[in-house]
Amino acid sequence: MSETRGQAHDHPKGQWPLYEIFVRSKRGLNHVHVGSLRAADDRMALTHARDLYTRRNEGVSLWAVRSEHIVASTPDEKDPFFEPSGDKVYRHPTFYDIPADVPHI
Amino acid sequence: MPSSASSSPGDTAAAPPREPDLQAHFDRTIARDQRVEPRDWMPEGYRRTLIRQIAQHAHSEIIGMQPEGAWITRAPSLRRKAILFAKVQDEAGHGLYLYSAAETLGADRDDLTDRLIEGRQKYSSIFNYPTPTFADVGVIGWFVDGAAICNQVPLCRSSYGPYARAMVRVCKEESFHQRQGYELLRTMMTGTQAQRDMVQDAVDRWWWPSLMMFGPPDDDSPNSAQSMAWRIKRHSNDELRQKFVDMTVPQAEKLGVTLPDPELKWNEERGHHDFGTPDFSELMRVIKGDGPCNAERMARRRTAHEEGAWVREAAAAHAAKQARREEKERAA
Amino acid sequence: MAADMSDAREAADDHVYLSLADGDEGDARWAFGTGFADPLHGVPTALPEGVDAAALAAVCVALGDDALIGAQRLAEWCTRAPELEEEMALANIGLDLLGQARLLYSRAGQADGTGRGEDAYAYFRDAADFRNVRLAELPRGDFACCVGRLLTLSAWRLALFERLAGCADPVLAAVAAKGVKELTYHRQYAAEWVVRLGDGTEESHRRMQAAWTELAPWLDELYADRTAEGFGAPAEEVAEATRAVLAQVAEAAGLSTPAQVTAVPGAGRDGDRTEHLAPLLDELQGLARAHPEAAW
Repeated sequence: MSETRGQAHDHPKGQWPLYEIFVRSKRGLNHVHVGSLRAADDRMALTHARDLYTRRNEGVSLWAVRSEHIVASTPDEKDPFFEPSGDKVYRHPTFYDIPADVPHI
Repeated sequence: MPSSASSSPGDTAAAPPREPDLQAHFDRTIARDQRVEPRDWMPEGYRRTLIRQIAQHAHSEIIGMQPEGAWITRAPSLRRKAILFAKVQDEAGHGLYLYSAAETLGADRDDLTDRLIEGRQKYSSIFNYPTPTFADVGVIGWFVDGAAICNQVPLCRSSYGPYARAMVRVCKEESFHQRQGYELLRTMMTGTQAQRDMVQDAVDRWWWPSLMMFGPPDDDSPNSAQSMAWRIKRHSNDELRQKFVDMTVPQAEKLGVTLPDPELKWNEERGHHDFGTPDFSELMRVIKGDGPCNAERMARRRTAHEEGAWVREAAAAHAAKQARREEKERAA
Repeated sequence: MAADMSDAREAADDHVYLSLADGDEGDARWAFGTGFADPLHGVPTALPEGVDAAALAAVCVALGDDALIGAQRLAEWCTRAPELEEEMALANIGLDLLGQARLLYSRAGQADGTGRGEDAYAYFRDAADFRNVRLAELPRGDFACCVGRLLTLSAWRLALFERLAGCADPVLAAVAAKGVKELTYHRQYAAEWVVRLGDGTEESHRRMQAAWTELAPWLDELYADRTAEGFGAPAEEVAEATRAVLAQVAEAAGLSTPAQVTAVPGAGRDGDRTEHLAPLLDELQGLARAHPEAAW
């Protein structure tokens, strides 16, 4: 699809490009993908994101990224991408046996 | 995750998995009640059905702004004006969440809009009824948004991830819409006799069209079975209609209005209310374009889209010019 | 409906809005106008000594009328905006203005001693009693008119509110302080659109220039307004700040401001009206006046 979308000015009807929107709902949390919208430029994307995705005070920060600029793994690559970490249990906190009486871990 | 990502199986360089394997993987995902995500392989029929359903849902939200939107400038108090303005705005927002979900399936919003204004895609027939009085604003909130909640809460668990996620927020906002409608009616019932008559009249006009919102009876709903198997839909039309009636009857009693159905009564044995059969031939007529306001609704949407074209083009042209200017600056 | 929402909650487990749906703030925030911080929370409503009550009432009514009439014109855009995202934006701005009008009318009722509520001001005064600037009541026009007018009114109102935020009346000061944040966004939104349309295509430039030229005769009325002078907002200062913003945006948008402008005589603040206000009020007030005993 990305090849057909292209730049806004390439589109005969002036359709605005698609942006993906990420919201940080409060300090200390990651930005999370919430959906997309259309905007002619970056400023407009942020303005629209504010009006659409945070009009009930849902966020403290917004990211807007042109959809065509996102690089993603394909589901077919799932195994080579994600399986190798499956045996590296030491990366997971439950690998470590911590006595129950040690606080705050 | 990018909405524009294609998930056609041919877009990987490595030897693509065979279709039967992909189908088996898809079937397992559905059977385990897991979510299908945008770049996953999915059967073409599943994709098409979803695009059609999500687009029609989005169109309904956008066309649904009109019957109530007409009352924003005439609302009888500033509080009601603000509530209604915010509610109609939410509907535009719901339309946008849903178009966004449809775009993750490779649909294009401009194309969907064209389909709507050329009459090739439908929207909910309920929005082809007129709103002659302010009580209609309350009854739409109570009945139409109530029916929408019955339809939509199960969709929060729809098998397609982006659709399900969009519905979570839509449902939350719809529940406010339903409450504001009911609260308006309750207030009007404490007012003058003219107001109480206005409420009863609106209830009389909206009850049957609201029951039709759930679609034709299960026996006449050929696409439902496949949608249920794919877990795009999770309850049948008749189940949802029954749920709506059971939910609404006690609310009507509390409000002090009469639902216009002489056959409506509690059935102890079934544990549900029995009720009359809506005139489904009317539903078919309205869907086919012969409702009281079809032409008006479509004309308004078409005009807004056409009259906005120069604005959308200007913004795109400015963005292109700006990009060229910035490029020149970098080069210098 | 609460029981039905459990489905929604289950589905929300990977969702950014989860914290909202399950928050301990209850459902109030989902209803517009509740669940948010009360802008006047803890603000004393007693009239402070040394504040001229009549002047306070006058400034609250004038600024309330600007906001109400502006919001009404924005509401006319509903289902007619050039893009769905613009529906959202125009409604947000309209709602902000409506909120400002309600707070200002309530304060007017306290200041003028009548104790009237917001609806008395909005619904039960005739056109001759309104005090908004006439620019706010002009017919809707096209999107270029909409953003041109919005830029002008919000730049001017922001310059006013920035100064009113420090005034002697605590309620007006609090309303202005809240409004400053809203108006900053309105001005930004409008300025960006004026630039886009001025720079965009031949067609959009032509329309934006036409809207800009049509605005000019109504500006002197804004610059000459002395209603808020007693509250720390000198007319010259406010005018200067507004002119600077408009000049900056016009330059970025490639718009020319006519050199010779004949201002329209009179002022909305003195009760002079165009023929456009009465029909606007007929629509706004019609239902409320048809049922004066009703409860809404």
